[in-house]
Amino acid sequence: MKHIAIGILGAATLGVMASAASASTLDDVKAKGFIQCGVSTGLAGFSAPDDKGDWQGIDADFCRAVAAAVFGDGSKVKFTPLSAKERFTALQSGEIDILSRNTTWTINRDTALGLNFIGVTYYDGQGFMINAKKLPGVNSALQLSGAAVCVQSGTTTELNLADYFKSNKMEYNPVVFEKLDEVNAAYDAGRCDVYTTDQSGLYGIRLTLAAPADHVVLPEIISKEPLGPAVRQGDDQWYHIVKWTYFALLQAEELGITKANVEEMKASDNPEIKRVLGQEAETKIGTDLGVSNDWVVNIVKTVGNYGELFERNVGSGSPLKIARGINALWTKGGLQYAPPIR
Amino acid sequence: MQEHDMSWVRTEMALAQPAPASVRGMGAWVRTNLIGSVGDAILTIIGIALVAMILPQVINWAFINAQWTGPDRSVCATVAQGGIQSDGWSGACWAFVNAKFGQFMFGTYPIEERWRPILVAILFVALLVPMLIPRVPRKGLNAILLFLVLPIISFVLLVGGMFGLPHVETSRWGGLLVTLSLSFVGIAVSLPLGVVLALGRRSKMPIVKMLCIIFIETVRGIPLITVLFFVSVMLPLFLPAGVTFDKFLRALIGVSLFAAAYMAEVIRGGLQAIPKGQYEGADSLGLGYWQKMGLIVLPQALKLVIPGIVNTFIGMFKDTSLVIIISMFDLLGIVKQNFSDPNWATPQTARSGLIFAAFVFWLFCFGMSRYSMYTERRLDTGHKR
Repeated sequence: MKHIAIGILGAATLGVMASAASASTLDDVKAKGFIQCGVSTGLAGFSAPDDKGDWQGIDADFCRAVAAAVFGDGSKVKFTPLSAKERFTALQSGEIDILSRNTTWTINRDTALGLNFIGVTYYDGQGFMINAKKLPGVNSALQLSGAAVCVQSGTTTELNLADYFKSNKMEYNPVVFEKLDEVNAAYDAGRCDVYTTDQSGLYGIRLTLAAPADHVVLPEIISKEPLGPAVRQGDDQWYHIVKWTYFALLQAEELGITKANVEEMKASDNPEIKRVLGQEAETKIGTDLGVSNDWVVNIVKTVGNYGELFERNVGSGSPLKIARGINALWTKGGLQYAPPIR
Repeated sequence: MQEHDMSWVRTEMALAQPAPASVRGMGAWVRTNLIGSVGDAILTIIGIALVAMILPQVINWAFINAQWTGPDRSVCATVAQGGIQSDGWSGACWAFVNAKFGQFMFGTYPIEERWRPILVAILFVALLVPMLIPRVPRKGLNAILLFLVLPIISFVLLVGGMFGLPHVETSRWGGLLVTLSLSFVGIAVSLPLGVVLALGRRSKMPIVKMLCIIFIETVRGIPLITVLFFVSVMLPLFLPAGVTFDKFLRALIGVSLFAAAYMAEVIRGGLQAIPKGQYEGADSLGLGYWQKMGLIVLPQALKLVIPGIVNTFIGMFKDTSLVIIISMFDLLGIVKQNFSDPNWATPQTARSGLIFAAFVFWLFCFGMSRYSMYTERRLDTGHKR
């Protein structure tokens, strides 16, 4: 019985000790020696625990990249799994330093909720998956008129679906479920022809179907779901560190700097590579940001460049096998574009 | 001479004969229990048919076709699903449970520190088992160790941060560790607190009575999920910036207070079943209030409500799964969380994981329920039926 009394006292002291927020997030983070990173409670490819319980995925790796930039050590990060409802409170109350939890960037969240989104680490959007055996010859969502569509109720997904079919003057038959598991089961059992949710999610769901090869994710994206990390408003320095960590990941890919060749690249003759890697004489790029000058080297050494991070977590190197699509670099026809690091 | 008018007098007892063959043995048991009447026979046939239909498939799925070990999803997926099994294969993916077993037990508790919860578990079992067996002596010492010393040792070991042990935040706790520590604390707090509340509610002192009624009715009137949700989403906004309240602590308080309120009503039921004469008898012996309650009333009342108490314990044990609402991962939560690991996502993963979780929950609940039945029988002094 005393278990509790002691537990309560002890935990209460610990809780209060871990408080006392000061002005600068960077100073706080350096003082405590790690970054507290808010992730999802489990989303394949974005943040999910592996066999050892370590968080893996794009969102988790992004936090490691920030830790690498700040400390030169990607392991100095602690993850807090957050439900969709808790995530903003956790950031506002200072429980976490970065919210990297497949969160859609909207104006409301930037203004009313007091967040600052630093960019888009993954351009997602609502897509469709069909059973190609049942609907042979369908290769566009515009051919889905009259289809039975499985969808989760009470989500923006449901509204987007209605808008899309209405604006394209098509009929459809919604098969609505409360829980995601139920939608999966219904689709796998063939109760509907089409499954719609965020496209990144469709690839994860496909892995759990009885015959994944029969199912095709259609190319159309009918809504914009730009997913990115966010920080609290009112701390520009921290905002810049997180933002430029993201840009550094992109810039490294653009310049061909990879986890494997980053050390050789330091000796490169290319002035741009030298500048990005902090090898220029008397460079102040890193120190002006509030981190060391070899911050990009540390980032790339820890998680690789954006392309490597993408392929490892959701792309060809993962079971999800998501194509780069609009997440390719701007030089390859995608939307990922970083302002110059100079 | 005396005539022998009784032709024969038995001088010794006849030996007991075995029961006639028609009422003993397998055949008789089957006749009376399975095909005693036409209705019984029909039900028996339906039952056997159902078992015959389901059982082979279950055994096939859970044991024969099951995959016990493997590096990733490929062992649990057919070729079409990107694995190595032939088409049409369907079996349990115990390899998933195997690979994630450490997480299911300890959550993300650091691997090199996992000896600490294991040590706590060993100590707990070593102290609990003699406590539960009536024949083992020195119950007083045992109780002090279990309820006073062990909690302190557990707290030091699990939380760390002293005696050279690295600190492990409660956010890294998970799995069975969370389920069991929430339940143990909940059980250990709710029973004494429930007794106090139940006595308070029957007290003649108006303020004590009022406070107890308000507490019990308020707590019983709000869903646990609402309170957990409130403390995790609303409370941080009211606290000064940066002040965080440990999530595990929130869950501990929530679960314990809830169980205490339900417990109070169960115990009150027992108190009301004690006849007035018992109270008056105690009074006439000159016992004070606490002596009366402790020596006369409570021992009888608690014995009466053992089924209700254990019911509350089992309910609370299962309610601990609600902490998922505040992103704490108990056994069920951590199992579900791992479904999203793309390295293990197959059609069999979710089923296997959930069956494993169900089995562990059942094991503990069944254990509690059997022990309570044993205790009931042992304490059954006046109401045996």
